[in-house]
Amino acid sequence: MLEAFGITPQALIAQLLVGLINGSFYAILSLGLAIIFGLLNVINFTHGAQYMLGAFFAWIGLTQVGNWLGMPDFSINYWVALVAAPLLVGAIGIVMERLMLKRLYHLDHLYGLLLTFGLALVIEGMFRHWYGISGESYSVPEALQGGFRLESFGLFLPKYRMWVIVASLAVCIATWYMIERTKLGNYLRAGTENPKLLQALGINVPLMITLTYGFGVALAAFAGVLAAPVFQVNPVMGSNLIIVVFAVVVIGGMGSIAGSIVTGLALGLLEGLTKVFYPEASSMVIFVVMAIVLLVRPAGLFGKEK
Amino acid sequence: MSANTRILYTVLLAFLAVVPFQDFVYIVFVMKLLCFALFASAFNLLLGYTGLLSFGHAAFFGGAAYVTAHASKAWGLSPELAILLGMFYACVTGYLFGSLAIRRQGIYFAMITLALSQLIFFLALQMKFTGGEDGIQGVPRGYLFRFIDLSSDTAMYYFVLVLFLVGFLLIQRTIHSPFGQVLKSIRENEPRAISLGYDVKQFKLLAFVISATLAGMAGSMKSLVFQLATLTDVHWHMSGEVVLMTILGGIGTLLGPIVGAGLVIGLQNYLAGIGSFSTIVLGAIFVVCVLAFRRGIVGEWLAYFERYQESKDRRGGYEQNK
Repeated sequence: MLEAFGITPQALIAQLLVGLINGSFYAILSLGLAIIFGLLNVINFTHGAQYMLGAFFAWIGLTQVGNWLGMPDFSINYWVALVAAPLLVGAIGIVMERLMLKRLYHLDHLYGLLLTFGLALVIEGMFRHWYGISGESYSVPEALQGGFRLESFGLFLPKYRMWVIVASLAVCIATWYMIERTKLGNYLRAGTENPKLLQALGINVPLMITLTYGFGVALAAFAGVLAAPVFQVNPVMGSNLIIVVFAVVVIGGMGSIAGSIVTGLALGLLEGLTKVFYPEASSMVIFVVMAIVLLVRPAGLFGKEK
Repeated sequence: MSANTRILYTVLLAFLAVVPFQDFVYIVFVMKLLCFALFASAFNLLLGYTGLLSFGHAAFFGGAAYVTAHASKAWGLSPELAILLGMFYACVTGYLFGSLAIRRQGIYFAMITLALSQLIFFLALQMKFTGGEDGIQGVPRGYLFRFIDLSSDTAMYYFVLVLFLVGFLLIQRTIHSPFGQVLKSIRENEPRAISLGYDVKQFKLLAFVISATLAGMAGSMKSLVFQLATLTDVHWHMSGEVVLMTILGGIGTLLGPIVGAGLVIGLQNYLAGIGSFSTIVLGAIFVVCVLAFRRGIVGEWLAYFERYQESKDRRGGYEQNK
């Protein structure tokens, strides 16, 4: 049947794999956005820039830091970066929240969006100023080089790509478990529903808000490190992605954690499929789906009607 | 309109009218400024007077620029028709986007408009007639009404000035009309506007369409002034810039967006030589505006003026009572 369209099963599976990888990035990013929005009521426009920061910190760690310290042999490898970069970006996020975002909670939510937009411009502009927009490549860590050859299908599955999917799914599921099944998650959900009441019960809500922002931002940076070997590391990698993620969030609705994971993955796959059948539309398909969902179910697939 | 405001407007208009006869300011720069001032004013109708934050106005501005450029270059349409066609495009797109976006409120509204405008960006990137990365270059300005040659900057300037004034007066009229009052009531308290029997969605949609159409007019004008329509015009950075102009100048003030447009365009001109510095500076201004003076320059000035008036009245009253 596929051959009728002039498409080989190999091409189809290869594109679906790419779609699944994009989908895992959409899932992590929209998950972070949803967590932040739930507690802070802020749509974090800086999310894309923070994803970019994660990738850049990993790249700087691998190729630049040694020279800066005067020790050309010293470098921070991928596995360390996978933990260190999110922590660093999360810490920067916490500072931003404490210094700036905090001042806007009593205002219209739109101001949070505008502030984070401005911050995104500043961060992106700085990296463009320092590194240009040509992009840097980040080599795949040794342990994950090569791939599996499936002779019967005539397929080659690169190890690193499989790892990206596994790692991001694991992080998504762990986050879901933490929020839906643990005590900490209980507080978080209670804070989303009614922060004042939670505060009255003796929970330090402002601290929780700050840490939540740091965590959501760290998720973005984690995705950035994962993405570094797949895509080019460049200053605008995040801003192009974040708008797609916004559409994903509108489609899924920000009401449910599992919802944003599922929506992210599904839309990534859909994008991959479109790339096979009608490549010209692949960059637009998610926006079209968003328009259709808005017509049929304005609150989003998993959203609650307010 | 108070006497003071009338004097201010007259002086401004007099300045604008004599621009072609001096050498201090570059005339093309003033034309650019007028285009963006109209763009920001149209945007302000939505953000400032209806309380809707659209993050996708580049779709109307840049899209109309493409339509006008194509109509003028490939079809040889005269400038007034090319601009009308651009406005028609913006009007239709505005209706489509608006009717989708008003299904959600607040933050979702912003995200939806942003995503929809990205659709236009990708269309502009991939369609044949838009010329991809190059855009449409060398657009002829043509002959206004088939006999006024616009290739001279002076003629083009007065054409742009007239269009700007028409757009500005239209916005001013809209704001002070009963329709505008309803828009303001939606901004202040939407549930109450609904309970008073207003079909809020229709009002929002109409405001969105008017704003989009005028933004399109600004874009069309821009493409004729610079004889160019490019991807920059439809990029989401452009949507962000118009938000910045409006906030910097003063949300919900008539003159604010014009002041904001002047500052942002001036700054960009000034920083153009230093690479990506303008992005950093614009972002920083954004942050400072949102954190420190949310009323914007004109808004703060009006607030100061009001306080001054009040204290004067109080003092005056005291003296009379004595």
